[in-house]
Amino acid sequence: MSQPYTTIIGLEVHVQLATASKLFCRCSTTFGAPPNTHTCPVCIGMPGALPVMNRRALELAMKTAVALNCDIPRFTKWDRKQYYYPDLPKGYQISQYDLPMSQDGFLAIEDPKGEFEPKRVGIIRAHLEEDAGKSMHDEAAGTADSQIDLNRTGTPLLEIVSQPDLRSPLEAKTFLTELRLLLTYLNVSDCNMQEGSLRVDANVNLHIDTDAGQVATPIVEVKNMNSFRAVERALAYEAERQYEVWQETGQKLGDVPKQTRGWDDADGVTRGQRHKEESSDYRYFPDPDLVPVVFSPEEVDRVRAALGELPAVLRERLAREYDITPYDADVLVNQGRGVVDYFVRVAERSGDGKQASNWVQRDVLRAMKEQSVSIDALPITPDSLAELIRAAGQGKLDSSRARDVFAQMLSERQSMDEAVAALGIAQVDESELVALCRELLAANPQIVEDIKQGKTKAAGALVGQAKKQNPNVNPARVMELCVELAGQM
Amino acid sequence: MTMALVDLTAREHLARLTAGELTSVELTTAYLDQIERYDESVGSFLHVPRDQVLERAAQVDHRRQRGETIGALGGLPVAVKDVLCTRDMPTTCGSRMLEHFQSPYDASVVERLLAADAVILGKTNMDEFAMGSSTENSAFGPTRNPWALDRTPGGSSGGAATCIAARMAPLSIGTDTGGSIRQPAGLCGVVGLKPTYGRVSRYGLVAFASSFDQVGPITRDVADAALMLETLAGHDPRDSTSIERPVPAYSQSVERPLTGLRLGIVKEHYGPGLDGQVEQAVRAAIDVYRKLGAEVREVSIPHGRYGVATYYVIAPSEASSNLARYDGAHYGYRTDQAEMTAALSRERAGLEAAGDTAAADALDAPLVRMYRRTRAEGFGPEVKRRIMLGTYALSAGYYDAYYLKAAKVRRLIRQDYEQAFQQVDLIAGPVTPSPAFKLGELVDDPLSMYLLDLYTVSANLAGIPAISLPCGLTDDGLPIGLQLQAPHFEEERLLRGAHMYQHETDWHTRKPPLL
Amino acid sequence: MSITRDQIEKVALLARLELSPEEAEKLTSQIAAIVDYVDQLGELDTDQVEPLAHPLDTSNVLAADEVQPSLSREDALRNAPRHDGEYYLVPPVLGE
Repeated sequence: MSQPYTTIIGLEVHVQLATASKLFCRCSTTFGAPPNTHTCPVCIGMPGALPVMNRRALELAMKTAVALNCDIPRFTKWDRKQYYYPDLPKGYQISQYDLPMSQDGFLAIEDPKGEFEPKRVGIIRAHLEEDAGKSMHDEAAGTADSQIDLNRTGTPLLEIVSQPDLRSPLEAKTFLTELRLLLTYLNVSDCNMQEGSLRVDANVNLHIDTDAGQVATPIVEVKNMNSFRAVERALAYEAERQYEVWQETGQKLGDVPKQTRGWDDADGVTRGQRHKEESSDYRYFPDPDLVPVVFSPEEVDRVRAALGELPAVLRERLAREYDITPYDADVLVNQGRGVVDYFVRVAERSGDGKQASNWVQRDVLRAMKEQSVSIDALPITPDSLAELIRAAGQGKLDSSRARDVFAQMLSERQSMDEAVAALGIAQVDESELVALCRELLAANPQIVEDIKQGKTKAAGALVGQAKKQNPNVNPARVMELCVELAGQM
Repeated sequence: MTMALVDLTAREHLARLTAGELTSVELTTAYLDQIERYDESVGSFLHVPRDQVLERAAQVDHRRQRGETIGALGGLPVAVKDVLCTRDMPTTCGSRMLEHFQSPYDASVVERLLAADAVILGKTNMDEFAMGSSTENSAFGPTRNPWALDRTPGGSSGGAATCIAARMAPLSIGTDTGGSIRQPAGLCGVVGLKPTYGRVSRYGLVAFASSFDQVGPITRDVADAALMLETLAGHDPRDSTSIERPVPAYSQSVERPLTGLRLGIVKEHYGPGLDGQVEQAVRAAIDVYRKLGAEVREVSIPHGRYGVATYYVIAPSEASSNLARYDGAHYGYRTDQAEMTAALSRERAGLEAAGDTAAADALDAPLVRMYRRTRAEGFGPEVKRRIMLGTYALSAGYYDAYYLKAAKVRRLIRQDYEQAFQQVDLIAGPVTPSPAFKLGELVDDPLSMYLLDLYTVSANLAGIPAISLPCGLTDDGLPIGLQLQAPHFEEERLLRGAHMYQHETDWHTRKPPLL
Repeated sequence: MSITRDQIEKVALLARLELSPEEAEKLTSQIAAIVDYVDQLGELDTDQVEPLAHPLDTSNVLAADEVQPSLSREDALRNAPRHDGEYYLVPPVLGE
């Protein structure tokens, strides 16, 4: 490492759980509705309205916590976190304070390129809480009224807090990528950062080696990072900034209060955010309107048993069972459960894991991207692709013709046979092929001479000519025949 | 003198309505006339929409005449405390903050009343947000005690109790957080029942202290309370703290005396601070039970003396949180924004002109100023006092010493009751240490006012049901109340026990001299 | 533990109440008296006592995740002190 310091990073991730209704009322959670059309007395915090916990939200949260290897305490409760803000109509957020529903877990991360050692990142806790609404401000003057939309108010969030175990912006990004993948596999969230389904804050400081021993810089909370790329950039910037500040001021951890800085993606800098001191006294206390939840160990076991195969295990199994490299398994698994299922089906039906992996990674992913469709909506079924791979393996199609067929199947939504027919691909009769090769050799005596002298590669020049005369010829067979026939001449 | 229609009990009205001897319009008109006659001096009601009420009564009559099935309270007028949300009447909670608030929904208990074909007569006055023991804390003026108009009716359900005492309604519902049903019922000579926490839904009850608040009936006699509770009680999936448990037919069993009753008296109740006449009346009531064959046993609630201290930490803590929503942002009162903004600019300009940039920087942001001024103008002194007290008890550095400590003592008090109820079936004692006090007497002495809750708060802390019923009059003619307490969900026992007493006595039939 | 005027001012900010000097003065003495009274709870040894947040011991009250109709926007905004037909309006959040 070139820097004279280690970057210490902990992440706080807010994940919107994929429920149909809100955490404490039955208003819809659908994104993008017209403002203030998904609200009711409960989420507006009207006098007399009371919350009732959404069962599904609790189940999704549990599933996630178990998948993150967390301990699930027998007893958990709901607390009020109190502060005044117009997107928080009750004047408090229902959250969990001293007895969260899960704690002490971990998520294993690994870099396929090996840029850091594989590690387990500790999870301090994961707890349920309700989201706030949205406020829109008059950014220019700050004098006009702010507009408040309460549609999002009360949407279920899972807050996942990591230990400060991450040592570089790349590790932070890898952690987030792996976490998002896990959440996607569990179907607990759509993790759409643009729609705010996944939000990340980071706590970062440096451990600097000096002659007088190791020094820790003050911890800074970085907010406003709207993509994983932004997280990586913001953390890299912040580490450098903290090093510079330390060199200038020598400020250590504890010398100044914890600072909050916002990431400005356009300018590529973090900026200090002003906070009044009193705002941090949240006066948490148990919410008297909600009763506690008690989990039996059997329930936790049932949740664990129903988790299904998670990414880390899946990567190993794909590499082992389908004879592909760990790198390829990683690429496939990172594409999500749908692509993995597709790949597995193609591999099983074609009997060729390597080819299945190549086709999926190269052609299927490109097709999905170009057509911007999900794997389920792709016109080519895994069975059709397997058929194509088999045909290519049996030499019925050369690789470039196979890809033509794939393109035809994709654009015209045809089966392989239909595509082959539409492209006028027909098996070339062997005697016809022999005649063609003879003709070409006769016209190219120099090549015949070269072949005779052992330069069999010279026959390659005839392949193009053969394809010109008959696009259906199999190039490999043309090569073979030409070498064979030249030897007889 | 012949008995007036309004002197009959709700059950007597119901019998006549059912027999077709009386229409709901006639009955409701009699009570509306009574309101016109007496409410100017008593001040029970904040809102009585006469035409709307009569229209509703006519609908019930019409349906009864057509032979349709009518609900359990078919055609009976019911007064509703203004802390319960109603879709077609205002819901002010006795506060400027909600003076023009119109709830978009009905409280669960209001839905139940309507489903039982009751006629909602109007909304009754109360201490602002149910905080107080005198109904003097209403933003819309105090309610007076019909037995002595210069005295308070108690609170916070002062309107709900006085409208029964002054025969302005046959049935009324109040809410009880630390005694707000039982104390005014006791001071006004009527019956008030606080059910077990969770027995009646709180959905649509504007929260004061959520872990204490319960809705309950205020009526002329115990059997009417049984009738009313039968309609109010039951599970509500919209209230997470509502308990799923069958509701006994209280009105069917209420007249059956309890046999082998073991009646507890709490030795800690009879100490300094208890008015002599009150003590005498309560002891006489206990003698009535003895005569009825009850075994009277002394029990101990050793932590009861910490009840008021415990209550006045937890209830204000919860209140400070529950009332945070009244900030002028989404509903309710907001300070004059233009004036506020202008004042803020003037302050800033003044400070900057004087070169005091630090003070200018420390000024509230416009939003914060809006919140603070709205709440300063929208809340009355008692509400502010409790918000301050609760905010303090929950704030960093004080939580352990106050909120957490009180929450632990609360468990000790509940345990005391669990132990006492191993030995006795009901506990009897005073409702208040003294009879109704004069208006204005305690407004500037909050602690003395709080200490009046000594006998009532324990039931709310422990979540048990309790009833207040008339058991005497002082030499000055002021009502005295007897309190009975029962274990969780033993409302049936409580009502039967209370009815036994009323069967032997006639305190509940006495009328205030005003009438 | 006695309460100072300065503490009362801090609590008033936390509680978003604006107090006149007279109110602050009066509240300081009233709350001090109440807190002095409440301090008697300190006499009790509660180290081994679990706090009680709910008077009844119930748990696991959960509702099915089924969307039900929301309020119309008109009903939602009806009680708003200021709105523009779409949004609640409040004084500028960011303003200085």
